[in-house]
Amino acid sequence: MQVPYTVHTRSDTGLYNAKLGIWLFLSSEVMLFGALFSSYILLRVGADTWPHGYEHLNIPLGTVNTAVLITSSVTMVMAWASLMMKDFAKYRSYLGATILLAIVFLVIKGFEYAAKFEHGLYPSTSTYFGIYFTLTGLHALHIIGGIVVNAYLWGPGSKMWKTDPERFTHRIEIAGLYWHFVDIVWIFLFPMLYLL
Amino acid sequence: MEHTAGLAHGEHDTSHELSFWEKYIFSQDHKVIGIQYGITALLFLLFGFTLMIIMRWQLAYPGQPIPLIGQWLGDANAPGGIMLPEFYNQLGAMHGTIMVFLGVVPLAVGAFGNYLVPLQIGAPDMAFPKLNMMSYWSYFLGGVTMLSSFFVPGGAANSGWTSYAPLATIATTGQTFWLCGMIFLITSSLLGSVNFIVTIVQLRAKGLTFMRLPFFVWAQLVTSFLLLLAFPPLEAAGVLQLMDRLAGTSFFLPSGLVISGQPLHVSGGGSPILWQHLFWFLAHPEVYVLILPAMGIVAEIIANNTRKPLWGYKSMVYATIFLGFMSFIVWAHHMFMTGMGTVISAFFQTTTMIISIPSVIILTALLLSLYGGSIRFTVPMLFATAFLPMFGIGGLTGLPLGLAPSDIHLHDTYYVIGHFHYVVAPGTLFALFAGIYYWFPKVTGRQMNNALGRIHFFGSFIFINGIFMPMFIEGLAGVSRRLYDGGQQYAHAQGVLHWNVFMSISAFCLFFFQLFFIINFFWSMKKGKKVNSDNPWDATTLEWDTPTPPPHGNFIKPLEVFRGPYEYSVPGKSRDFVPQSEQEKV
Repeated sequence: MQVPYTVHTRSDTGLYNAKLGIWLFLSSEVMLFGALFSSYILLRVGADTWPHGYEHLNIPLGTVNTAVLITSSVTMVMAWASLMMKDFAKYRSYLGATILLAIVFLVIKGFEYAAKFEHGLYPSTSTYFGIYFTLTGLHALHIIGGIVVNAYLWGPGSKMWKTDPERFTHRIEIAGLYWHFVDIVWIFLFPMLYLL
Repeated sequence: MEHTAGLAHGEHDTSHELSFWEKYIFSQDHKVIGIQYGITALLFLLFGFTLMIIMRWQLAYPGQPIPLIGQWLGDANAPGGIMLPEFYNQLGAMHGTIMVFLGVVPLAVGAFGNYLVPLQIGAPDMAFPKLNMMSYWSYFLGGVTMLSSFFVPGGAANSGWTSYAPLATIATTGQTFWLCGMIFLITSSLLGSVNFIVTIVQLRAKGLTFMRLPFFVWAQLVTSFLLLLAFPPLEAAGVLQLMDRLAGTSFFLPSGLVISGQPLHVSGGGSPILWQHLFWFLAHPEVYVLILPAMGIVAEIIANNTRKPLWGYKSMVYATIFLGFMSFIVWAHHMFMTGMGTVISAFFQTTTMIISIPSVIILTALLLSLYGGSIRFTVPMLFATAFLPMFGIGGLTGLPLGLAPSDIHLHDTYYVIGHFHYVVAPGTLFALFAGIYYWFPKVTGRQMNNALGRIHFFGSFIFINGIFMPMFIEGLAGVSRRLYDGGQQYAHAQGVLHWNVFMSISAFCLFFFQLFFIINFFWSMKKGKKVNSDNPWDATTLEWDTPTPPPHGNFIKPLEVFRGPYEYSVPGKSRDFVPQSEQEKV
């Protein structure tokens, strides 16, 4: 017997396995970032002084990065939509764009980090910089994870398109859900750390 | 039902022969992974118990050389065989960590859940076999990380299993290993819990509606949700503490901290209480992670051995779900002494009193299930019945701890140790032993020895109470739980300290009686009486419909479920049990 519902949906739950799996995984991720956001709030409320983000961080770069990430979410959806329309070539270029945009995000983030270190601002400088580096660092790790998964689906993993196109399309949908989550985390991080 | 063990071997899909490594080491079969989890967890339980045996020697006979193994512990830990306080702290922290995170949970969820959930819902495997394998190996790495920390300078983590800041932040390197080990374990439990929930929701056999699920499966489902949602905050806390230790941040370090007369050079401004909130946000649901699978096992065994349906199956299911929700809003009853204020204390003591209701519902339902049954006192049933009063004592002694005024006196005393050990040791561990004796025939095709099992049970039952009952006496007298000499310097506690010797001798005897289990386990695997049926206990649930032991893919043909899980002694039937898969004759 094979594990059922890897491709087709189960009629009474309306789900295929991986879709339920990714939503559960994301709920766990919400708890992870939720705990960190709560810690941020508690630390900030309890602090004697807390700098405003705009005094220390580069808002134009942060804004550009926000735009980059939102665009990458759009191209991710387009990649999935291309597969739904059976256009594999388009899928590849859209997913490739998503990966490139993610790399652009990391490069910009790298410049921001380097500028902080140059000015002698480290995680140990203050609790504000501590939480800034921890949160953005953890987010960057999630970005890297997304790049690895997407690169696999762009390259060697895409062989599945020939053997099992329906399951492959599901995989892109799953990867997309994860990618949108990473995007949403940033949309919370940006105002919280840069603007407030 | 005829014996199909012979068939099982010829059943394997011959087109794809698995190598030894694929079959036994990096297996994706939920049953092999379950056994891997089980054996690893049992070894960790034995190791954690051994740590405690060494500690118990020190508590009963402080300052005297440890016999037999004292000379092997090394001069850094026990010069001349006499234990140093620092080493006692390591043992204490690692005993708690190993028992909870590497022993009981992997055995209750990783082993029993993995092996039985797919069988009980009629599924060929878990929904994500590869993730299942990764879950085990992540757990294994976490365990190796924890064990290796004994060999780094300064030894293993020594700030208690709770790793309270700022003590843990300034502790030796072992604490960093502890944090990294925890991150592996959290990853493992994340992969496992996603897998369990998807499996239970998606892979139920035809006709197996939610209200026809065995109670064990319900318990595992709620447990998985707790693991899924409660563990990430501890991961967040672990990341923050790692940053504190390695990158010099001060998330948990307040301003103006002075250590050994020297001001600490950190930016400050952090909050030690924040660690406690994040830690207990996991660690309280964790208590229910420890107890729910145990209740599930006990429910299966009680229904089977009383030959009666469970009393109040639906109430038990609803109580379990309610318990799951409530367990997320009781965590700060561990923190009444932190000075968080009477209003917050009042809130958390109210929710704590509320959460005792579903626990009582489940326990009462199990107790009433015994009423009027013609009970078979098999070895699993002995352990399962002992679970009820033991868990009862554990639960009831928790009430004074859940109320802020009485907790002020009892906090951090041996009373607390007695309380939660009654829940976890003669509670959960007895249920897990019951489960091992009960499902052993399905896994191996052989029965465990009855006489050895009874000796194991009665010996364990007597001496486990000998350890934990006196703790209530010591705790009420005010003996602190963290003293490496067992409280010798407490003038007011002198009258109760003679119990230390009594408890330690009980612990040594308990260790002795576990040998009967170990011998029985290995002897029965090779030489135990062969079962002559796939359903030796005349049980109703689906795992007994498989060949013995179940082959890869579990069921020979797809099956359908026609009834609830506990149709025992149904009037008018020729047998006293009706399997879930048996079709109603028209």
